[in-house]
Amino acid sequence: MATLFRRRAQRTHVERVRHRRHEGFLRYANFRWAKISGMLCLLIVASYALVDVTPRPNGGSWYGYTLGTIGAALILWLTALGYRKRRMTSDYWSLKAWTSAHVYLGLSLIVIGTWHTGFQLGWNVHTLTWALMMLVILSGLYGVIVYATLPAVLSNNREQMTQMQMLEAIRAFDRQLHAAAQPLTAEDTAPVLAALDEDPFAGGIRARLTGRYPRCATAAALRALAGSHAADAEARGKVVGLLRQKEAALARLRRHLRLRALLEIWVYVHVPLSFALIVALSAHIVSVFFYW
Amino acid sequence: MSEAVRVAIIGSGPAGLSAAARAAQLGLSHVLLEKTDHLSDTIFKYQKGKHVMATPARLDLRSDCRFDEGSREAILGIWDEDAAANKVTVAYRAEVVEVTGEKGAFHIRTASGDTIVAEHIVLAIGTQGNPNRLRCPGNDLPHIIYQVDDPEDFRDRHITVVGSGDAGIENALGVAEEALENRVTILNRSKDFARAKAKNVSDLMEAGENGAIDIRTETQPKIVEPGWLTLETPTGDERIECDVIVARLGSVAPRAFVESMGIEFTGPDREAFPKLSPTFETTVPGIYVIGALAGYPLIKHCMNQGYDVVEFINGNNALTPADEKNLATIFANLPQQKTVGEWLDHLRVRVRIFADVSPLQMREFMLDSKLAYYPAGEVVFEKDEPGSSLFAIADGHALVEVAPGVTVPIEQGSIFGEVGLISGRKRGATIRAGEDSIFVEVSRTAALKLMGAVPGAKRVIERISLERQLLQIFKGGLRVEDLAPVIDGAEVIRVSAGKPVVVEGDAGDDVYVVRSGSMVVEKHIGGRPIFLRYLPAGSYFGEMAVLSGEKRNATVKAAVGSEVIKLTGAGFKAMLAARSQVRAATEAAVAERAAMNGFIESRKTSYTSAVDLYSDTASFIMKEGLGEATDALLIDENLCVGCDNCEKACADSHEGLSRLDREAGRTFAHLHVPTSCRHCEHPHCMADCPPNVIHRGPDGEVYMEDGCIGCGNCMRNCPYGVIRMESTPPPKPGLLSWLLLGRGPGPGEPSPQWTKANMPEGKKPKKIAVKCDMCKGIAGGPACVRACPTGAAIRVSPEEFLSVARLEEDAD
Repeated sequence: MATLFRRRAQRTHVERVRHRRHEGFLRYANFRWAKISGMLCLLIVASYALVDVTPRPNGGSWYGYTLGTIGAALILWLTALGYRKRRMTSDYWSLKAWTSAHVYLGLSLIVIGTWHTGFQLGWNVHTLTWALMMLVILSGLYGVIVYATLPAVLSNNREQMTQMQMLEAIRAFDRQLHAAAQPLTAEDTAPVLAALDEDPFAGGIRARLTGRYPRCATAAALRALAGSHAADAEARGKVVGLLRQKEAALARLRRHLRLRALLEIWVYVHVPLSFALIVALSAHIVSVFFYW
Repeated sequence: MSEAVRVAIIGSGPAGLSAAARAAQLGLSHVLLEKTDHLSDTIFKYQKGKHVMATPARLDLRSDCRFDEGSREAILGIWDEDAAANKVTVAYRAEVVEVTGEKGAFHIRTASGDTIVAEHIVLAIGTQGNPNRLRCPGNDLPHIIYQVDDPEDFRDRHITVVGSGDAGIENALGVAEEALENRVTILNRSKDFARAKAKNVSDLMEAGENGAIDIRTETQPKIVEPGWLTLETPTGDERIECDVIVARLGSVAPRAFVESMGIEFTGPDREAFPKLSPTFETTVPGIYVIGALAGYPLIKHCMNQGYDVVEFINGNNALTPADEKNLATIFANLPQQKTVGEWLDHLRVRVRIFADVSPLQMREFMLDSKLAYYPAGEVVFEKDEPGSSLFAIADGHALVEVAPGVTVPIEQGSIFGEVGLISGRKRGATIRAGEDSIFVEVSRTAALKLMGAVPGAKRVIERISLERQLLQIFKGGLRVEDLAPVIDGAEVIRVSAGKPVVVEGDAGDDVYVVRSGSMVVEKHIGGRPIFLRYLPAGSYFGEMAVLSGEKRNATVKAAVGSEVIKLTGAGFKAMLAARSQVRAATEAAVAERAAMNGFIESRKTSYTSAVDLYSDTASFIMKEGLGEATDALLIDENLCVGCDNCEKACADSHEGLSRLDREAGRTFAHLHVPTSCRHCEHPHCMADCPPNVIHRGPDGEVYMEDGCIGCGNCMRNCPYGVIRMESTPPPKPGLLSWLLLGRGPGPGEPSPQWTKANMPEGKKPKKIAVKCDMCKGIAGGPACVRACPTGAAIRVSPEEFLSVARLEEDAD
């Protein structure tokens, strides 16, 4: 009851930031970071045209160093998102705001990094750094696109079911299949048993991402039973019905897994490439100063 | 037994045992009657190894028996030792069936036919009652059990559960757990499971569809034999294999038995307790009631009362209760110095709502209350501040700020803050001390208990609340006197969810005030009902028809079970006539509402789909029970990428346990209501918390303070399934050590395997209730919302979410 009796004067009530409506990370604060990032890019493009660097625009000029420093600092800050996301400190911050800034400032690196090169590219560690950066941005761009388009599809597909419930539904069909397949002949039973043994998570990364399972035992069992002429027609009809239901349940789960994989796969490119980028960036900076 | 004992104690739980031990210590002839063959059956029946808590910590134990928190086995063992050490006379298997006679010579008849003569009786029978038994042949066989201590005790068995209530369904689901490999059947005499909670029924149906439980409706047991059970089904008799029968057929509450002795209760409703004197004596002289039956469910209270009641019977009237020192601290910081007894009398004389309260009840209320001195002008609470406690004015007077700079006094003896009792929403006005004053602050639970136990207090509080509620709604110099015509004809009506109060097109000029719950306003436009507005508690409706004299122009129905106050149109008109300012303000409000209705109607013609979506979303939100929410987590599935960072953040912001399940819950038009606390206006979880640790905090959050005893009542009472019973996992290695070295389970709730493997040696995890506290005390606010990378998660109240602004934006 301690707080019930707390007097107004002693209260440490903090006004909380509340949102009455959903606002995505791309639209955050009326596109604040898009505007900031756009302005930054415009500033760089304009100043690049106006500043006359002699003998020619180059990463090693004062102008090039400025852009390089901004870019390197930005790269390190952008990497910090992974830490921010997992570090649940108690002060006010919004991961949505961080994501929004991450996306738009990350995109601005295209201009910052490219203009920093002075459009001098070659086969060296400097260009490697630039290329890695572009790849990271490209993978991030893919992430933005799937984040913007796939959630609604994921939601439609699951129709209020959780992943556990989808698995449970498949197990329920398996139990019923097990009972219904008892009267089948030996040759009809084998494909059904194979379907029962099937692991819904099996199939590897390729099947997961494409959603195609050519060796699906349930589909195989359906084909086998459709072509069967054994004398157990009535029981077979029931099993075929159950197999169809299981196939539909499997299809939903596989679509679910595919969408989740598509939403996650890019992170496995984006993050390792980011670390590769930081290594290359270090090499780039060290070499620049070494050969001053 | 022919010789009369000085005191017979019925029931050997903590209260009865403590009473018997005191009687033995005082050398009084006594007998402790226990219907089973062991002491303290209620605690004996707890699940094996259950950790029993010793709350409230601030209360000292005064008993000849020992008690401290520990496992069920340890506590029962200690009590057996103490009963023997104190030389308590126990009569086991002595179920009392009848009590006759009077003080000095009560005749107590037991089920086995013995009669015990006693001068005094102490009733300490608790509230569990006796379970109803099966009534078919074979009902005395040992494989019929009346409760399931631990589902894990049953493996690979044929189990039949009889009973269609929550207890039966929960037991059936427990033993039907796949790993246990039991074959479970549940029998229901009727067609549907009407008595059980919706969540339990849906879980049961799912288990039925999965083949985990065989559900037999319109079926009852006919003959019980070892290993077999014959069923009476709609299609004839059927014999099934059955090794264990779990009978959950409810229980007979002990009230009828108590009343059969002539003991009066405070009222007819279920929450009523026997009327008691300060010495626990009932309306029948010589019979005393203590423990849970007297309204004290906690073990420590029970044991102290056992000690006290025997001291009273022994003539020790100078004994001060064990809570004396706690009460003394409550009165300690006041300018006047009085003894505890004097203060209690002072309050009972000076405060209207305490007039009919007995000294014993007064002690209890004061323990849950606070007495504070407020110098003139000090703010007691401010408008829009959350809070649900009730204030009574012991000395001085209070000033209510009805409008900026306009105050109305509340005189000494009256109350304020009473709106919090009825509606769990924010304070309606700022209140200051009008002079140097002393106010009593009574917690909401204690005040509700007071209203339940003392009808006089209830009448006073209800009248005052109605007056105040009307004063707050219809501002502008309205006085209590002006309200008389309205209040005298006022009537409180309960409306169940979905029922209309006012129907579009009907005649009628009554005005309604939403006292608790909430309403939705709908209008038929283009052949279908369109949602116009959400009315939270404290709003009023029906005034348009009074002012215009026309028929009702919209339908108002309850979003959740609600209470409305019906005011007659004539009385309302008289009230408006008395104060022109009020009339003007009401007319302005009507005009605003009419304009909004007009706006929605105009949009309906040009932006049909936007209006339909708005309306359908509103109905979905109401159907999900969010009508009683004050703050709910809503996820936009157009944005949610399923990363579960909200769950991880929740676990990491608390003690490693997530209080929300993102994926579970219903969805409409990509708006998802996850399984997460919505901080109900009237929290169901608060309804029955024995240690009273669930409260509403300063930001409106419903949270639990330390002291949960793990009984699980809140979890069962929550209709939305958002409370978990879990034990705290051990601390994890830090984030950097996970990121860099891969140590520990990483962010979020650790897996049960990790928790089990890393639980420190010798530490027995204790399961307590875990629920969302809206990140109370965390400066940044709710972690789930802060940690959402895409902005899919927000926390809102329904009135914020369903604002017309939403419709305007959608239509544009």
